[in-house]
Amino acid sequence: MSGFDQLSLDGVGRRFGTADALADLDLTIERGEFIALLGPSGCGKSTALNCLAGLLPLTAGSIWQDDQRIDTLPPEKRGFGMVFQNYALFPHLTVRDNIAFGLRMRRLPKEEVRRRTDAAIDMVRLEEHAGKLPGQLSGGQQQRVAIARATVLEPSLVLMDEPLSNLDAKLRLEMRTEIRRLHQSLGLTTVYVTHDQEEALSMADRLVVMRLGRVQQIGTPEEVHTKPTTWHVADFMGYRNLLPVSASRVDGDAVTVPLGGTTVNGVAQGRVVAGDEVVAAVRPEDVRLGNEDVTGLKGRVEVVEYQGRELAVEVALEDGVRLHARTDRKVEAGEHVTITVTPGRLLVYPSEGPADRPAAELASAGLAV
Amino acid sequence: MSATAGPGPTLNWRHRLAERGVDRKLWLLLPATIFVLVLFIYPFLYGLSLSFQPMNGGSVLANYQRFFNDAYQRDTIFTTLKIALPAALLNVFAAVPIAFRMRGRFRGKRLMTTVLVVPITLGTVLTAQGLLNFLGPTGWFNRVLMGLHLIDGPIRLTNNYWGVFFSLIITGFPFAFLLVLSYLSGIDPTLERAAATLGASRSQRFRRITLPLLAPGLATTFLLTFVLAFSVFPSAVLVGNPAGSTRVISLAAYQAAYEQYDYSYASAIAMIMGAVELVVVAIVLVWRARLYTGSTGGKG
Repeated sequence: MSGFDQLSLDGVGRRFGTADALADLDLTIERGEFIALLGPSGCGKSTALNCLAGLLPLTAGSIWQDDQRIDTLPPEKRGFGMVFQNYALFPHLTVRDNIAFGLRMRRLPKEEVRRRTDAAIDMVRLEEHAGKLPGQLSGGQQQRVAIARATVLEPSLVLMDEPLSNLDAKLRLEMRTEIRRLHQSLGLTTVYVTHDQEEALSMADRLVVMRLGRVQQIGTPEEVHTKPTTWHVADFMGYRNLLPVSASRVDGDAVTVPLGGTTVNGVAQGRVVAGDEVVAAVRPEDVRLGNEDVTGLKGRVEVVEYQGRELAVEVALEDGVRLHARTDRKVEAGEHVTITVTPGRLLVYPSEGPADRPAAELASAGLAV
Repeated sequence: MSATAGPGPTLNWRHRLAERGVDRKLWLLLPATIFVLVLFIYPFLYGLSLSFQPMNGGSVLANYQRFFNDAYQRDTIFTTLKIALPAALLNVFAAVPIAFRMRGRFRGKRLMTTVLVVPITLGTVLTAQGLLNFLGPTGWFNRVLMGLHLIDGPIRLTNNYWGVFFSLIITGFPFAFLLVLSYLSGIDPTLERAAATLGASRSQRFRRITLPLLAPGLATTFLLTFVLAFSVFPSAVLVGNPAGSTRVISLAAYQAAYEQYDYSYASAIAMIMGAVELVVVAIVLVWRARLYTGSTGGKG
């Protein structure tokens, strides 16, 4: 199977009845890229992957592999490898036969099937398990069989559908590195579906953040991490503090919003006019606690979570708003603290009407301490 | 009681039994055990001993010798096999593609399933009557064919081998279909999709993935429909030719018991019938044991 230089999705959509599971997906994948489709469950990321694989027919748009249209081809003619969430190993075939399956379907000479299967088994380090049935393997081993089976054909594109979601935390970290290593050493082009932002950030060259069947943002991990285009993306990328406020002053990009009885400065992410209802977003890492007597935000520590090097702290401001913060200082619940926001890290998003606002996290709604 | 008594000898003894799964919950098995003993094991053993006591005296095996020495009787085994084996096979093979198509959700699935399963509720007599009306010498089928001048005289499809065969298909197919459908829906559909992404065509996916996983289920289905078909009795009389081509073994047993009033001989015939079924079951089970019978990854 020869590779491609570019794979383009052009306005791809999939409708189930009257519901759009996926709409207007435009994406160009370059050879050798690692793309992560990221989003909460039901956002259309798996639908997109199945459309790419040919397992779901499109209801709109087209897919092009260089200048050949492929969305009308059945999955067996596309030559893409796929790793399924539940691995989908053939339970009646041994590890070796599972991995050799695709090669045999291609009617390659016996000798070549044997050689390439051996190489794939070596690659995922399953030599002593080659004769076992999938049911006799652990989750991590099954996962490696699934990856070997999908990559042994040297497919032009490898599709992975949340392949790590059934593994425990430690194994997940190991397999993350493993998948990235294989991607590089085999020179694969990979599309990887996940709902875990950390996974996506650490593995992918480019992220496609999706919500309600639509693309919200496409960008490098750094772009998506530091400059989410909408507050929904921000929400998904770990901006735990999402505050529905109204902009009190706007000067170019600089926006001032009221918070905790005083005001803080943020950066506008879109068109914001003074008086607008906006959403202010900031990561807990950019909200720091201090005890120095500065004029600024003041609050009372409500909940403290130990997280190793740092503490994750929930602080109630004087106006009842709760902020998630981080500190390496030892604080205790009930303590009064001052709060600083890293300059430039409070992002202010315009909201599209009253329904498009995060639920305010007020003190009364949270845990009473 | 024993928990507070401390580690005495009684406690140890109980613990050791519990480790082997012996505890008071075993009493729950008692009703079912009695039921099986009274309703199955006892009549079976009674019939078995009766078959060794010939009505007219003679050796212990006299009844069996009589059956096997009499070609008219002996042939009932082959007559029955000749009807039951093809009927069971056809039922299973016809059920596979239909069940395959009926997997998953689609509009009208419930109606389709109902239509396919209704014949179970009809009973053999109603089926036989329907067959006579439809396939008989003056039935619609023959009248249509003659009306179209495709045939000159009626084709004989009832009161012979074919009548019984059709009746077994009509009553046996729903069983086979329901069983195959449940085995098929136990196979994870993702497996086939995975095979597709690996380049397997539709027929390769069926042959390499679905069929091997389904085969043990097909074996079981075949056995159940075979056993049902082997004991065919009403339709052999009603739509068959009970004096000749469809003189099945259950008919021979019936005649011995209620026409000659030789219960001992009838018991012997019943035992032979059981043995023949057992041989077929054993052959199929030995073959089935060589297949993969573990998890098929589906909802089970």
